Amino acid sequence: MNTVEFRKNLFSDERPENLSEIGRPTVRQDILGHVTGRSAFYDDHQFDGLLHMRCVRSPHHHARIRSVDFSNAERMDGVRRIVGPNDVPKNLNTLLSLINFGKEDEPLLSGEKTAYRGEPVLAVIADTERQARVAASSVRVEWEPMPHVLDVEEALAPGAPTVNETYPDNTFEYHERYDHQKLRFGDVDKGFSEADRIVEGRYRMSPIEQAPIETCGAIAAPDTGDRFVCYTSTQALFFSLATTAKLLDTASSRLHFIGGTVGGGFGGKVDSIVEPMAVLGAMLSGRPVKFMWDREEEMQVGAPRGAELWIIKDGVAADGRILARRFTGYFDAGAYTRLSSYAVVKSTGHLPGPYTIPNVASNVYCVFTNRTPATAMRGFGITGVDYAIECQMDRVAEAVGMDPVELRILNAYRDGDMKAHRRVAKNTALIECCQVAAEKAGWRISPDSTRQSSLEGGGGRRAEIPETATDQIGRIGERRRSRIPVEPLVGSGPRGRIPAGTAGPAVEAAPPQRPDMAMDWEREKSAADFVREPVKRPKTATQPQSRLAAAPEPLPPAQEKAEAPYIPKAPFNRGVRKPGVSRFLSGTRRR
Amino acid sequence: MSKSPVSFELNGSETSLFVEGGQNLLDALRRGVGDLTPKFGCNQGTCGACTVLIDGQPFLSCLVLAVNAEGRSIETAAGLSDGPSLHPLQQAFIDGFAAQCGYCTPGMLLAAKTLLDRNPNPAREEIAEAISGNLCRCTGYAPIIDAILSAAEIVRRSNRP
Repeated sequence: MNTVEFRKNLFSDERPENLSEIGRPTVRQDILGHVTGRSAFYDDHQFDGLLHMRCVRSPHHHARIRSVDFSNAERMDGVRRIVGPNDVPKNLNTLLSLINFGKEDEPLLSGEKTAYRGEPVLAVIADTERQARVAASSVRVEWEPMPHVLDVEEALAPGAPTVNETYPDNTFEYHERYDHQKLRFGDVDKGFSEADRIVEGRYRMSPIEQAPIETCGAIAAPDTGDRFVCYTSTQALFFSLATTAKLLDTASSRLHFIGGTVGGGFGGKVDSIVEPMAVLGAMLSGRPVKFMWDREEEMQVGAPRGAELWIIKDGVAADGRILARRFTGYFDAGAYTRLSSYAVVKSTGHLPGPYTIPNVASNVYCVFTNRTPATAMRGFGITGVDYAIECQMDRVAEAVGMDPVELRILNAYRDGDMKAHRRVAKNTALIECCQVAAEKAGWRISPDSTRQSSLEGGGGRRAEIPETATDQIGRIGERRRSRIPVEPLVGSGPRGRIPAGTAGPAVEAAPPQRPDMAMDWEREKSAADFVREPVKRPKTATQPQSRLAAAPEPLPPAQEKAEAPYIPKAPFNRGVRKPGVSRFLSGTRRR
Repeated sequence: MSKSPVSFELNGSETSLFVEGGQNLLDALRRGVGDLTPKFGCNQGTCGACTVLIDGQPFLSCLVLAVNAEGRSIETAAGLSDGPSLHPLQQAFIDGFAAQCGYCTPGMLLAAKTLLDRNPNPAREEIAEAISGNLCRCTGYAPIIDAILSAAEIVRRSNRP
């Protein structure tokens, strides 16, 4: 086996040096600053008269706030300002509102109740970090602890306490219809009935904290011209800027964000919490303000990769072919949505893993619990379910008495195969990966498995979209209302079938929230030209590439239709469509 | 709060400043002196990002009271290079991709320097031991250890008569 060289033809015209970078060190453009200690992280910017901000946080998983008494703190040495929920101009947000996804569900500072341990309710700004810390610890909050849930299955059980009032059923709402993200491809029940063996498995993943060595933080300071400068550890500078403008109801043009040098992030620095806090502090105090998490905060309230639970049921033929695979997935979002709703969509697009399985169904839930809100972390949405899938593949191999590597090669997707989300698989390489892994590990596989190739045997019938069984179970509110137990695919509602070859309905772009958010079509010449004269893509680009020049089977008509260039019917508009929300993505228009 | 004067040698230069009673050396160096190369990572002595050398020995500056630096000789990463000429460790870190985000790098370099000053021919295991108090979350330790090995070789070669 000649490792993965056959894939180099994909880049041969782009990289004359023959892809020699992988496997050897290269010189980073910023490394001179790193080794001399001159790289300026956000905390390496110094300001005269810098004030420090610390938060008062909830010690409970779930509690109502009866009263807050900060009269002692106010009188303490060095204390400049107490910041409460009422000081936040728009104290409700969801991160992905910037792409019009999800409902506002999270306050920057909580005024009525807290839904996870460490949720902030108040902030103290003082001359020194120690003064701010001492003053924050002197604030007296009268708590009324409430029942809490820390497990996704418990959170879905009938009668579970509501974690997040925006989503009273403890589930994110997809497409304004379901309490989960659905995927239906073929008919899994038919697949199970044809199978010789049924293999089921449950897989659990715990949250993982990114634990960057530099904790999350930001320094904001009043700048010239009624603007504020903000040095931040963010991994997503403009995302943080837009979120800050939105929460503080100010024009994004008033904010000058400087970042880019991040002391480790791994996804944990996209949540845009420290920046609005620091800028708010600078606005209210008129002084430079630093809001920096200490290590305990980083570990306790820093959003981790969320916990996941996957239940997989496979129907397998005696020869090892997987005929049907059904997933039930639970993403533990913690108390607020952050990016978990997106993780669910991402994972659904990834199912059933790198395998061609004719019948696939999945229900994936974004579940609210009283844990720390979860967010991005290195392949979130994918890594967890991949782990579950590969554990499941080993179980399947054991159940049918097959070599686990050969089982993977047998079921692997190949170029031209239809994936469950109705896209044709391209540039597949699982078979070759298995062959190389077996070779490197000294694992003997059969000559037949050694001869297989991702470039051969795909497409044809494997490119067809099967007739698909549909259902409407899991409509929003149904679970709690009908006291449906936490079991996969239990529920009522009409069932149906959609004919083979159906790619599914097209989803229209969201309409603009306000007229001035619509694209200025006259100024978008290139986009307008694109609509009038769609770009003609060369036919060859859509065909599976083959070094062996094996004639690929022609794709069925439905597929050719799916490969036609996308021609938008109307100008694309993006934005927040909810009334009352600021007219620009990133805050209000400056007047 | 009352302040006390403290004087020490920082990277070969006499330095004096006023510090607060409970102020740690990390804060005094960063805020008081303006040497920003020691980094804040945990403030509880677990991550090693604030490592400095005091009289040639590595210390976590977040756990050292600034007043205790009186009369000592302190080295930070700012003093590693000689003008534009880099220390062999710095060059080896560049050549070996031994820094990614760069946040742990100043502390890592100083931990490595202590080792090489004491033992110019360290084994891999000794290097791992020497940097065991310095956490890195992105580069991974293998390239760092490789870089320190290669720096040791360069130092040995340059010291050969």
